[in-house]
Amino acid sequence: MTTLNSEPAAAPAPAAVGLVSETLSNGLEVVVIPDRRAPVVTHMIWYRNGSADDPQGKSGIAHFLEHLMFKGTAAHPKGEFSEVIAEMGGQENAFTSYDYTAYFQRVAKEHLGLMMAFEADRMTGLILTDEIVAPERDVVLEERRMHCDADPGSQLNEAVQAALFIHHPYGTPIIGWSHEIEELNREDALAYYQRFYTPENAILVVAGDVEPEEAFRLAREHYGKIAARGAPPKRRRPREPQAVASRLVTVNDEKVEQPSWQRCYISPSSATCSPGEAEALELLAHLLGGGHTSRLYRELVIEEKKAVALGAYYMGSALDDTRFYLYGMPSPGVTLPELDAAIDRVLAKFLAEPINEAALERAKTRLVADAVYAQDSQAMLARWYGASLATGQTIRDVQEWPDRIEATTPEAIKTAARTWLTKRRAVTGYLLPAEQDAA
Amino acid sequence: MNKPFLEPTAKSAVNVRALTTPRGLGFWLVEDYAVPIVAVEFAFPGGATHDPAGKAGAATMLAGLLDEGAGDLDSQAFQQALDEKAVEISFHADRDFIGGRLRTLARHLDRGGELLRMALNTPRLDQEPFERVHEQMNARIRHDANDPAHMAGKAWRERVFAGHPYALSAEGDLDTLAALTRDDLRATARSGLARERVVIAVVGAISQDKARKLVDGVFADLPATPELVEMPRAPFAGLGDEVQAIDLDVPQTTIRFGRPALERDDPDYLTSVVLAHVLGGGTGLSSRLFREVREKRGLAYSVSASVATFDRASYIYGGTTTKNERAFESMDVIRAEILDMAQGHIGEEELDKGKKYLIGSYPLRFDTSTKIAQQLAHMQLDGYGLDWLVERNRRIGAVTLDDARRTARRLFGDGSLSVTMVGRPTKS
Repeated sequence: MTTLNSEPAAAPAPAAVGLVSETLSNGLEVVVIPDRRAPVVTHMIWYRNGSADDPQGKSGIAHFLEHLMFKGTAAHPKGEFSEVIAEMGGQENAFTSYDYTAYFQRVAKEHLGLMMAFEADRMTGLILTDEIVAPERDVVLEERRMHCDADPGSQLNEAVQAALFIHHPYGTPIIGWSHEIEELNREDALAYYQRFYTPENAILVVAGDVEPEEAFRLAREHYGKIAARGAPPKRRRPREPQAVASRLVTVNDEKVEQPSWQRCYISPSSATCSPGEAEALELLAHLLGGGHTSRLYRELVIEEKKAVALGAYYMGSALDDTRFYLYGMPSPGVTLPELDAAIDRVLAKFLAEPINEAALERAKTRLVADAVYAQDSQAMLARWYGASLATGQTIRDVQEWPDRIEATTPEAIKTAARTWLTKRRAVTGYLLPAEQDAA
Repeated sequence: MNKPFLEPTAKSAVNVRALTTPRGLGFWLVEDYAVPIVAVEFAFPGGATHDPAGKAGAATMLAGLLDEGAGDLDSQAFQQALDEKAVEISFHADRDFIGGRLRTLARHLDRGGELLRMALNTPRLDQEPFERVHEQMNARIRHDANDPAHMAGKAWRERVFAGHPYALSAEGDLDTLAALTRDDLRATARSGLARERVVIAVVGAISQDKARKLVDGVFADLPATPELVEMPRAPFAGLGDEVQAIDLDVPQTTIRFGRPALERDDPDYLTSVVLAHVLGGGTGLSSRLFREVREKRGLAYSVSASVATFDRASYIYGGTTTKNERAFESMDVIRAEILDMAQGHIGEEELDKGKKYLIGSYPLRFDTSTKIAQQLAHMQLDGYGLDWLVERNRRIGAVTLDDARRTARRLFGDGSLSVTMVGRPTKS
């Protein structure tokens, strides 16, 4: 249960056939994506709050509350919901990201109404005692030890993000810092719950074998009963100042036998960019580091053999300014500064030359095809729509994404690369064995 | 020749036909036009277990090279050809088979089939990708070298299966990879990629005729018979109180444990799967181990156990990761649960819940074309027929409390385990 979704599904987006939506009178947004191929449904509730909304000094509370949401309500005591799901052979999980928290069940279609009844109940009925909160906090601390503290690669990732965001909470790990998790208590969890777990702040996504009208009827019956709380809660996040300094962060650890390199640039997200910019950045990531025919891979892995692996990734779905990643592993005998310089050289060349039309065509084909492949998975469709809506996109934005990819010009990609891939906006990270200098 | 075996019924998860091509290859087909894509999953029995002596990693490296150039297309040309039509082809080596998959838009099916045919029939195994994939595999091995979960799994396997190929990693190690040559990989391809025992599943927007053509085009010209030596059954060593301890300076101890289990053809096999689920399975939220280790004591974030069945071994395998100071306590809790079940203490309610979960969750494995194709290929690899789609759940439903208690005694025996710990566990 619970995963930390620090790298949510990239923007590629699906033209779900037959998607319909409606907003209930209490403000809950409902999206239904019919998929009749198997007699199952995916039921997801998304809350528009994530770790970036953790109050100052209480890092990890969004994620901790996500754990505690499995602890039962007055109507359905601890464990009952999970037991019911397990008995019907359903699957359930939850995840916390920077901008949202989501809970889902995958069950046979006849159980959709029951899932709604339970999920609507725990939107307002959560009961927490210290006896429940304390051991669960230990579980979260173990989770942090397992995923972060024992792994130098995770430590570097955390250090790079912390350096990249000088002021904005994207620089704090989703799970929180250990010393702050240790202090989280029942009151913190309940205060956070009461602030964010409201119908106005939630999005219900139902994908699968259901008539939209039936899904809406069930939603009105179960979720419609929840009293409106007025306006949705405001997300007040510190704004990031203009980046001016190129930064290098290094983690040395005796457990490291294979060095690695990464660079992360602050760049606009789908929600903060000017029109077309997110699509240009998506294609830029693909051209630079999407697979074996990409520019960095071809020049530095295949031809110059400076690296054994190189890639790029644009995390477009975010509410505030986001990250554009480059990452790789050097070949034996190549130092990280050497690799760093080689990457800068290829980037400079990329900017100086016209964009290869055939390569751009292939990148567009690939991304547009992803939207078709996505239609094969109701769970994936539900995730993409939920994540997009929770980060400020509209259904139409998602549906028109393939058209915007097609329409992206080489000039737009060049401009995006020149504007955003500048080192003063970036942190470079080195992962190295113990007591060894980068050079 | 067409055998419409299962009509769509409430009980069958999916409507599958077993077909034969004009050139005599059997395959399973699900025809479904809801989404305009086609997924193909296939596997050649053999796999990493058959890597040449001292050359572990051969099958894995071959799998990594099959999409790196074929026929008249070198690596870059082949990858560009895939990109041009958004065709996805990938291969992977497991202990007991080399598997692969194709996913393509229905309108590019012909090109996708052609590229897959080339990859399997005329792989180039050129020097440049050979060296590159070799370095990538080396990097992966160095990357994982001090990862606690990786170390624990590796050490556990090496101790339990000592002397058998199952003790070796399918990824090889730095020395065995250095010993590999392109000729070794050619030999691995020749001996392993044969049509006789290949299993194939095709799912999606494709007619029976087109599917037959696709399968013949890709597989019919492969060598007829694989050249594989007979593998002995794997031993199982290390049972007892002596924990295999590996020192690593980290705050947590990573634990792996296991013991021999029933074979797939044992009449009580499915009962043993239900029992393992009651012990440590499912989404984890309701198993005995989850309840005792995580919910009641907050000892760990994750804890699980399941039956792992391979061609030459079947065993219970589980693990958890917990604070160093509480590692032995966690292991005591796990041992106590296993001993309790070994004594036949199985409740009617937990058995019933476990059965319901396993039955009810089965359709969730069949909700995308890719997942359906994978399920159908694995059913064939495991030797099941089409009737298994219904029979599996019927048999789980028929497991009685007596079956469960009898099988628990066989499965958990004296409760002894082979245990590996990586970290700095301390007695508190």
